[in-house]
Amino acid sequence: MIQLDGLTKSFGAQRVLDGLSLDVPDGRNTVVIGYSGSGKSVTLKCIVGLIEPDGGRVLVDGGVVGEMSREELAELRGRIGYVFQFAALFDSMTVAENIALGLARRGHDRSTIARRIEESLAVVELPGTEGRYPAELSGGMRKRVGIARAIALKPRYILYDEPTSGLDPVTSAVMDQLMVRTRDLGVTGLVVTHDMRSAFRVGDRIAMLHEGRIRQVGTRAEIQASDDPVVRQFIEGRPGQMAAAAPRRAPG
Amino acid sequence: MTHDSRLTTYSPPRDGFITHIGRRSLETFRAVADVPTWSPLLVGQMRRLGVDSVPIALFIAVFTGIVLSLLSSYIFTGAVPLYFVGALVGKTVMMELGPVLTGMALAGRVGASIAAELGTMKVTEQVDALETLAYDRNAYLVVPRVLAATLMFPVVTAFAMAVGVTSGWITAVNLLDLSTPEFFKGLRMFYQFKDIWFGLVKSASFGAAVALMGCLQGLDSKSGAQGVGQSTTRAVVLGCEAILVLDAFWALVLL
Repeated sequence: MIQLDGLTKSFGAQRVLDGLSLDVPDGRNTVVIGYSGSGKSVTLKCIVGLIEPDGGRVLVDGGVVGEMSREELAELRGRIGYVFQFAALFDSMTVAENIALGLARRGHDRSTIARRIEESLAVVELPGTEGRYPAELSGGMRKRVGIARAIALKPRYILYDEPTSGLDPVTSAVMDQLMVRTRDLGVTGLVVTHDMRSAFRVGDRIAMLHEGRIRQVGTRAEIQASDDPVVRQFIEGRPGQMAAAAPRRAPG
Repeated sequence: MTHDSRLTTYSPPRDGFITHIGRRSLETFRAVADVPTWSPLLVGQMRRLGVDSVPIALFIAVFTGIVLSLLSSYIFTGAVPLYFVGALVGKTVMMELGPVLTGMALAGRVGASIAAELGTMKVTEQVDALETLAYDRNAYLVVPRVLAATLMFPVVTAFAMAVGVTSGWITAVNLLDLSTPEFFKGLRMFYQFKDIWFGLVKSASFGAAVALMGCLQGLDSKSGAQGVGQSTTRAVVLGCEAILVLDAFWALVLL
């Protein structure tokens, strides 16, 4: 289980996270929604130790991320897959090499690596792309390779950073199916997005991040029925009163 | 326990410049222990940073030899026997101009290339991706480049020395009133083995400095094309400055 406990993070004078607390239960997809620049990606990076919060704690399976040694952090990252917003594939490597990199780090032999590459590409429905370079793939395909790279490691958790941003509706739906399918394989998902259609398709639990903390968290139905004006405005995509709801822009 | 070594994603350097460079150099040195990560990448980087840099180094060496030969003839005429042209060309190319000019050229080529590559990886989150796959960024990205440059700069410089002296000799024989035996008489007259290893030791330190500056500036890139461009420029400028400082340092220590 991932637990965020009172996270705070500022960049200069901008306070992006302001006491964020959230539990991510095992075996389900938790979706964090919020305005662009509200600190959703920062939250994910705090979980894997890429960003150190100014205050609060991140606990993964009971271990405090901020107190881990290098070795413990490397082991933790072996349990967490990360799908980046723009896939972050290594552009000098083929699809197969991208997927193999993390597997090689874990000491798998060649036959296991080859099998895992084949399996993970089959899950994301991209068989036969092993030898292609990221530049030869569409945006949607790159994101699916990003998922394949994550699931090939057989992680316990996968963190998805804006998985449907910049994709057409059909490709977005494919991505959503993949996230549901991955959850059905037993992987706990934490998805950050501002795409409400995707959030309702994927999320078992949905949390709204607003002004650096969780404004409301609940099931899909609870969020859909929310009477919180900020949540309602966001899920309905209504303009107006943006000043009151203005996000604190975070880098990235 | 602090996470400073891996927390550069959004955190600009908070230390002073020297402290920052020192801290990052220390992290790089510590990452050398992660041999399984950097060793498979070393040969590729040696080829890329070293072998591929040979043409530009030789191009510079040819013209350095020509100019030195003509310049020394101009200075010596009527005052010093002309065979001293060989001595001046040999000493200057091996001890100073070979290593420094090659280093400067490679600071442009290698430093810029490393900074642009790592800067692009940084702003496209490839460096973060590497870390989420449990790789140490220093072991995977920095150590192989710094080691490759440290090993290959002396090799490239050795070729440049040979070509520089050769072009100086050909110039002296063809354009000056000097025979081959006279040129080599001058060359041998003041030659010491130290002339060569002094230049090669210097060039190894230049390689380490240029690659380290390229890596550190690349990994500290800010978002966007402008950020990568600024890092690349800084890497070249700092690499050249480091070469001049190290050049003076070695002159003080070894001469």
